[in-house]
Amino acid sequence: MVETLGRSGIVLFWSVWGVPGRKGLPLLIHQIYQVGVLSLAIIVLSALSIGAVLALQFYTQLHRFGAEETVGLGLSLVLLRELGPVVTALLFAGRAGSAVTAEIGLMKATDQLSSMAMMGVDPLRRIVAPRLWAGFISLPLLALIFSMVAIWGGGIVAVDWLGVDRVSFWAVMQEGTDIWEDVGKGMLKCVVFALVVSWIAVFQGYDAMPTAEGISKATTRTVVLSSIMILALDFVLTLVLYGDFN
Amino acid sequence: MRIRTLEISVGAFMLTGFLALLFLAVQVSGISLERGTGTYTVEARFNDVAGIRPRAKVNMAGVTVGRVTDIRVDSEYAEAILTLEIDSAVRLPTDTGAAIQTEGILGGRYVALLPGVDDDYLAEGDTITYTQSAMVLENLIGDFLINIGGS
Repeated sequence: MVETLGRSGIVLFWSVWGVPGRKGLPLLIHQIYQVGVLSLAIIVLSALSIGAVLALQFYTQLHRFGAEETVGLGLSLVLLRELGPVVTALLFAGRAGSAVTAEIGLMKATDQLSSMAMMGVDPLRRIVAPRLWAGFISLPLLALIFSMVAIWGGGIVAVDWLGVDRVSFWAVMQEGTDIWEDVGKGMLKCVVFALVVSWIAVFQGYDAMPTAEGISKATTRTVVLSSIMILALDFVLTLVLYGDFN
Repeated sequence: MRIRTLEISVGAFMLTGFLALLFLAVQVSGISLERGTGTYTVEARFNDVAGIRPRAKVNMAGVTVGRVTDIRVDSEYAEAILTLEIDSAVRLPTDTGAAIQTEGILGGRYVALLPGVDDDYLAEGDTITYTQSAMVLENLIGDFLINIGGS
């Protein structure tokens, strides 16, 4: 347990150290394409459906108090503070994290990593670092897109379909949403999730047993461990960031 | 050619991310890109500011004209000192009063300003002395029970 943590710390350290420079930039861009651009479809679709469902639920409850205008505020707070970062990170772990683990694990199983090391190419720099950094960059961007699309989708349901007044929908939202308190702290959560999910994904691949079964186990561990860490860290972060109950 | 489309799609992805941030900042949080006319700060001393939080609204005639920026306690007089940041377009006579009020029954607490009639105006750093403290529901209920018991 402690030994695994130590090994993963060493991998993290040397990969972060191996921040892709000028020569590594094409590798990084390729990885951002793999984990970021290709995750867009699932992120946008989930965001639309979650935004629409949230708007419906908020509307049915708030309608009883005659407070339909507050639907927008409810949407923005729930999405920016919690669902945006958490759901994006969970989807990202399932969609991109597992793929990274499987890829690196298979490279290890087919001795690509060790032959690279033999040729004097550091696999941590060449393979692991670009994937770690790509995840670290992509996840916050995906979360921003998630929140935007979900609020927009919720707005369509609330305003165009359920007939909430368009001006007060946005005005109440703007009145109650704060740039640092909601957007900033949400993004802070996201950055932490991005680091943890990318770290788990590359390390599980790098540390996988070089067999078919080992890769399958590593991929599963990436998804399970990432999800648990995201949810546990979310509680801790919420407590630290918003737990000022005085 | 294949590399170029890849780079373009990554560029578009990152651009979309930053546009989303802009959308969340401007359309959702409602920060205005043009600078406001500026603000000045005044202090107000209260006996009790229960329920007031930093960034609480400061209203005049129901219109938000500022925010509470700081809450301190003066232990010598056992008074609370609120620092209020007021829009500089709003000029307040020196005998302006301040009261802690509640939005609706369950709403948040805010500071209501009741402008006076003086010809002089409050300037940066001045203190509002005519204040009315927060109504604490528990105290009211307590008083009510004591009155019933006494009669």
